[in-house]
Amino acid sequence: MTRRYSALSLFKEGLAGQTGWKPAWRSPEPKPAYDAIVIGGGGHGLATAYYLAKNHNITRVAVLEKGWIGGGNTGRNTTVVRSNYYYPESVELYGLAHRLYEGLGKDLNYNVMLSQRGMVNLCHSTAEMEIGARTVNAMQINGIDAELFSPEDVRRVAPIYNFSPDARFPVFGGIWQGRAGTARHDAVAWGYARAASRLGVDIIQNCEITDFIIEGGRCRGVQTSRGAIRADRIGMAVAGHSSVLAAKAGFRLPINSYALQACVSEPVKPILDTVVLSPGCGVYVSQSDKGEIVIGGGLDRIPSYAQRGNLPTLEEVIAGLLEMFPIFGQLKLMRQWAGVVDVVPDSSPIIGESPLPGLFLNCGWGTGGFKAIPAGGTLLAQLLATGKHNDISRPFDLDRFASGRLIDEAAGSGIAH
Amino acid sequence: MQLFPCPFCGPRDETEFHYGGDAGNIRPDGADVPIDRWAEYLYLRGNPKGTAREIWVHMICGEFFVMGRDTITHKVLSSAALDGEHAA
Repeated sequence: MTRRYSALSLFKEGLAGQTGWKPAWRSPEPKPAYDAIVIGGGGHGLATAYYLAKNHNITRVAVLEKGWIGGGNTGRNTTVVRSNYYYPESVELYGLAHRLYEGLGKDLNYNVMLSQRGMVNLCHSTAEMEIGARTVNAMQINGIDAELFSPEDVRRVAPIYNFSPDARFPVFGGIWQGRAGTARHDAVAWGYARAASRLGVDIIQNCEITDFIIEGGRCRGVQTSRGAIRADRIGMAVAGHSSVLAAKAGFRLPINSYALQACVSEPVKPILDTVVLSPGCGVYVSQSDKGEIVIGGGLDRIPSYAQRGNLPTLEEVIAGLLEMFPIFGQLKLMRQWAGVVDVVPDSSPIIGESPLPGLFLNCGWGTGGFKAIPAGGTLLAQLLATGKHNDISRPFDLDRFASGRLIDEAAGSGIAH
Repeated sequence: MQLFPCPFCGPRDETEFHYGGDAGNIRPDGADVPIDRWAEYLYLRGNPKGTAREIWVHMICGEFFVMGRDTITHKVLSSAALDGEHAA
């Protein structure tokens, strides 16, 4: 029986006719009680369960997933991993995630196919270059790698960009983060699931939360489509559906749910070996290992729980893409889809105890949750294990909306949500 | 392209409209509003899955109005001029 993945085990299994592989994670029946429950079997939920077991030695843990693991936003994003944020609090948070991503394949014994191919945020005017310089300075002061690119630098990493004299969005330079890149999104979910399962975590799919069990003003468990399951510590990491669960628990959140769409082209030969983002065009783009051009843009404009995009936004994204890369005009789009994301007024996540004691939140990542999975998991696990914030998660508590100490990354790093 | 009904201009392209928030979220009045009430007014949202009552503005004519919508199917359920509730 092969338990550890390696080149040697691959070779041995080849000789043995591939008969020794085991399912990557167990699918047990839910027990009536656990030490901790994590609601949501996406990247953040699975990572939370893994770090509960690994960092805090709490292994009587259940991950409850309404559908199948990694089937929500974890499987719907554009796989970009980066930490080019403005405020020190954000840099601590996304920097932690970025560092953990760099060791994740080894840590999980699962190849998450992290490819640090670099990312450039383009600047299309003198004014944007000034803002770019400010962002690069802030990142460097906060200890994150960043470089201000000249037009020649951009031409070197993205030669197929539209550099013609009559381009609608000429390049004045860009913000470069060399450690940024992409990772295989499904592998992140599956890797965490496998590693957590091996540490004793129960991963329970097709298990929908119907209500919370509240006794003496505390959350004591959940009612599910597979019966009541009790625990004194419950974390939720359900992205766009956070408000729906919050309503069941009796509180509201500073969240609006929107569809965020993405699309991929047919696979083509290697032509773009970095991630290119143009705030002016409202588009970012990379090429997957399979050769597909992966295209993402801004949020749809209409609050929505539909996991599909609206046409006007897709048209805008494609128009922007063709301004950047006229050469892509010949590509055929292969798939287009959307995820439901949880958008917060200051574009920063919410990590902390909810108004219902015993229930902890990991939500509000909006359009940028994938890159933060290892940090979201680490920090929610610490909250569940100790009841106390890590210094990194403290600024992101729900209480910032009453105190007014927002971490406005929409203004800081200009992310478009 | 979805058509939204402006109560003043009739059915128009969705891109002419801008979302303005939950209907019924009334600004607190007075000098001694507690801080939690302000935070609630400014930030907390119903964000319902299913039937929603929302404030929208038709950016062409500039009128604000209340639209009933299903947030799963995107079906428009109602559209009406602002009532007295929001008039203040």
